[in-house]
Amino acid sequence: MSNELEFLSRYVVAGRLSRRDFLGRAAALGASAAFANSLLGSAARAQGPVKGGILKAGLQGGEATNSLDPASFLSQVPFSFGKCWGEYLVRLNRDGSLKNQLAEEIGASDDAKTWTMKIKQGVEFHNGKTVTAEDVAATITRHADANSKSGALGILTNITGVKASGNEVIVTLANADADFPYLMADYHLIIQPNGGKDNPTEGISAGPYKVTVNEPGVRQGGEKFANYHGGDAMGHADQIEIIVINDATARTSALQGGQVQMINRVEPKIVELIKRVPGVTIQNVSGRGHYVFIMHCNTAPFDNNDLRLALKYAMNREEMLEKILFGYGSVGNDFPINAAYPLFTELEQRTYDPDKAKFHYQKSGHSGPVLLRTSDVAFTGAVDAAQLYQQSCAAAGITIEVKREPGDGYWSEVWNKQPFSTSYWGGRSTQDQMYTTAYYSKADWNDTRFFNEKFDQMLLAARSELDEAKRKQMYADMAMIVRDEGGLILPMFNDFIDASGAKAGGFNVHPAGEMMDGYALAECWVAA
Amino acid sequence: MRLIAQRVAMGILLLFAVSALIFAGTQILPGDVAASILGQSATPQSLANLREELGLNDPAYIRYFRWLGGILTGDLGTALTTRQDIATTLGPRLWNTLFLAFWTAVVAIPLAILLGLLAVRYRNGPIDKTISGFALASTSLPEFFIGYLLIFFFAVKMQWFPSISTVYDGMPFLEKLRAIVLPGTALLLVVLAHMMRMTRAAILNVMQSAYVETAELKGLSQLAIIRKHAFPNAIAPIVNVVMLNLAFLVVGVVVVEVIFVYPGMGQYLVDHVAKRDVPVVQAVGLIFAAVYISLNIVADIASILANPRLRHPR
Repeated sequence: MSNELEFLSRYVVAGRLSRRDFLGRAAALGASAAFANSLLGSAARAQGPVKGGILKAGLQGGEATNSLDPASFLSQVPFSFGKCWGEYLVRLNRDGSLKNQLAEEIGASDDAKTWTMKIKQGVEFHNGKTVTAEDVAATITRHADANSKSGALGILTNITGVKASGNEVIVTLANADADFPYLMADYHLIIQPNGGKDNPTEGISAGPYKVTVNEPGVRQGGEKFANYHGGDAMGHADQIEIIVINDATARTSALQGGQVQMINRVEPKIVELIKRVPGVTIQNVSGRGHYVFIMHCNTAPFDNNDLRLALKYAMNREEMLEKILFGYGSVGNDFPINAAYPLFTELEQRTYDPDKAKFHYQKSGHSGPVLLRTSDVAFTGAVDAAQLYQQSCAAAGITIEVKREPGDGYWSEVWNKQPFSTSYWGGRSTQDQMYTTAYYSKADWNDTRFFNEKFDQMLLAARSELDEAKRKQMYADMAMIVRDEGGLILPMFNDFIDASGAKAGGFNVHPAGEMMDGYALAECWVAA
Repeated sequence: MRLIAQRVAMGILLLFAVSALIFAGTQILPGDVAASILGQSATPQSLANLREELGLNDPAYIRYFRWLGGILTGDLGTALTTRQDIATTLGPRLWNTLFLAFWTAVVAIPLAILLGLLAVRYRNGPIDKTISGFALASTSLPEFFIGYLLIFFFAVKMQWFPSISTVYDGMPFLEKLRAIVLPGTALLLVVLAHMMRMTRAAILNVMQSAYVETAELKGLSQLAIIRKHAFPNAIAPIVNVVMLNLAFLVVGVVVVEVIFVYPGMGQYLVDHVAKRDVPVVQAVGLIFAAVYISLNIVADIASILANPRLRHPR
C-alpha cells in the first residue's frame, strides 16, 4: 500500500493529481488522513522549495501594543516576525547545536571568560549599509544596558565588556560561561545598524524579508530582500504576511478557508477534529515548556524527602498526558530538562507506583491532608490536573486537599509563596539557564526552595567546563539530584501544536519553539 | 424648541452621570493596575514606584476630576501598557467600527422597514408568518453562533468570503466591503427582527384607528393606506427602535469583532480589559456611552419633529 501511496504523492507534487483525489485514494487504500498528509509533506520537501507567491500565517499572540524594537519582544507575533526581517549571529539547529548566521566563527579563551566572534563580511542591511563588527557590538551593548529594558537583559548581565576590533567582536564575561554562544541565539538579539541605538523601531536588519507592512495587532508583512546573504536557505516566497488572530476558532477557520497557510496554538482538545480536515496537517513538536507541581523543600511537611518522594511516585504521568494534554506532550521525569536541550541525558523514567508512594508516605510519618493550591492560570487544565492527582494520590493512601485560588493574584500571592502549588515553565535556551533561573539556591525564582550545596557547586563547575562530554555527565548528575531530592513534580512537557495548510510547503517542526522556532514563514514556501 | 433643548441638556447631564459610573466601576475591578502591569516580576519597590508614577496614590475623587478635566479638553489620556496617546490609537479603530456599522445599517434599516411593511400588507398570511418566523429565529440565536455558522458555510465550505475581516488603510474599497460581508450579515441578522417587528406593530397599531377605516371606506388600496396614512403616523416609534439598533451596531459589536478578527473598537477594548489598562477602558466606555446617548437624543428629536402636537405645542 505504502509504495502505491508514495508513488501517488509524487504525482500530486508534480501536479498530475489533485490533493483531494490523492486523499480520497489514500483513504480507499486504508491510510489515515494524517498519514496521507505527512506523506504528501515529505514528498513536497523532496521536491524542493518553490519560489514566489505570498505566504500567510494566522498567529495568536499579537497586540495593538507591539513595537518593532527587538528589545520589547514578548509575544508570539513579534517573535515570528522578527525571524523574518531580523538576522542573528547564530541560530539553533534542530539537534540543539548552533548554526552560524552573521557569525563566521566563535571561539573562547581557555577560561571561557573571553569570547571572540568573527563577523561574516560583505553582508548588507536592508538599508544598503554593510554589517560591521561595530553594529554587532552596539547591538549587544544596547541589550545589555539596563535602560534598554530589553527582554534579553536577564541573560546578558554576566557581560562586563564588548568591543569591536576589525571584523571581530570580543566579549568579556564576569564569570566563565561555556554556553555563551547559545545566548546569542536569543530572539531579542537582532543585529541592527549601530545596534538600533539611533532608531530601535525602524525594523532594519539583514534577514530574508524587508518590513513593508507594520500594523501592530492587526497584520505585519514583508517582501523578499534581494541581497539576502544566506542564499537559498530562506526567503522562498516573494511576500510574507502575519495576520493576528487571537481567537482560536477564527484561527482554525482561516486555515480551513485558505486565507492563511499556517497557524500556531491549536488547542489540544480540537486537534483530533482538525486532523480530519482535508489538506490540514497538525505540526506538533515536543518543546521545553512544562507543567509543574512544586513543593517548598524547606517548609513542613515538604521538608521531608520521603514525603516528597511519596508525592512524586503518586503522580500518574501517563494519565495526565492523556487527559490534560490529550496526548500532545511527553511525560516528565521530575527534572526540568528534556531532549529538546543540548547535552541531555536520559534518566530512568519514574512511573506511577502507589506501593512505593505508600511506603515512602508511611516512612515520612506524615498524617492528615496535604493542601495543594491551584488555578486555571497556572496552566490550561491545572484545576482538572489537580483533581486527577487527588485521585491517584488517594490510591496510595495520601489525602490531597485541592484549593482553587483566584486567577487574579495567583502569580503574586500563591506561586513562589505557598508551599505546594501548580505552575508552568516555558523553558530556557540551555540547561545552565534553566537550572540557574529556578534551582540555584540564590535564584529569585527558586520556586521549590531547593538549597543543595552539591548541586550549586556542580552548576558553577559545569558552566566553566569547556569539555562537552564532562559537562554532559555533570548535567546528568545534577538532573539526578533534582529528580531524587528536589521539590519538583514534573508530570509533563507540553507540545507546541501548529497546523499548516495544503499550500504551505516545507513545514518542518523545530523543538526550540513554535512555528519552526519562528522561521516558518522564512523557510516554508507556497506549494503549487 | 424648548423641548429639544431640554432633551439635549438631559443627555449631557446623563453623560456626566455615566462618566462617574464608569470611573467608579473601573475602580472596583479586582486587582491593582500596577501589579498587573509588572506581573510575575513585581518587587515591592517597583510596585510602589509605579503606583507613584501613575498617580494611583491620590484619592479617587481627585483622580476622577483630573480625568474628567482631561476629557473635556480633548485629552483621553495615555494608555498604561504602551504609554501611547489613547486618542491617536483609538481613532482608526473607531473609524473601522463606524464603517462596519454604517454599511450594516445601510442594508438593515431599509430592509427591515420594507419587510415590516410587507408583513403588514399581507398580515397573518404566509408571507407575514415567514418573514416574522425567520426574523425571530435569527434574533433568538446568539450572535457568536450566527457568526460561526456564517463562517462555516460561507468561508470554510463555499469559500465565498474571507472568515477573517482584517481591513487596513489603503485596502481597495471593494475588497473592504467584501471583507465585512460576513460580520455585517451577522449583525444584520441580530438587529433585523427587532426593527422589523416594531415597524409591523407600530403600523398595525395605527391601522386600527378611525382615519384608516375612513381611508379604506373611500376605496384606497392597502398599500396606499399604509404609505400615505399609516406609515407617517408610525414614524416616531420606528425611529426610536432604529436608533436603538444603530447604537447596538456601534457599542454591541464586541463579540462579532472578536470572532471575525475585525480591527475595531470591540477588539481594542477586549485587548485592554485583559491587561487592566484602565484609562483605555474608561475612554472606550465613555465613547460608547456618548454614542448611545446621542443616538437616543436624535431619536427623541425625530419623534418630536414627527409629531404635530409636539411640533406645535399650544
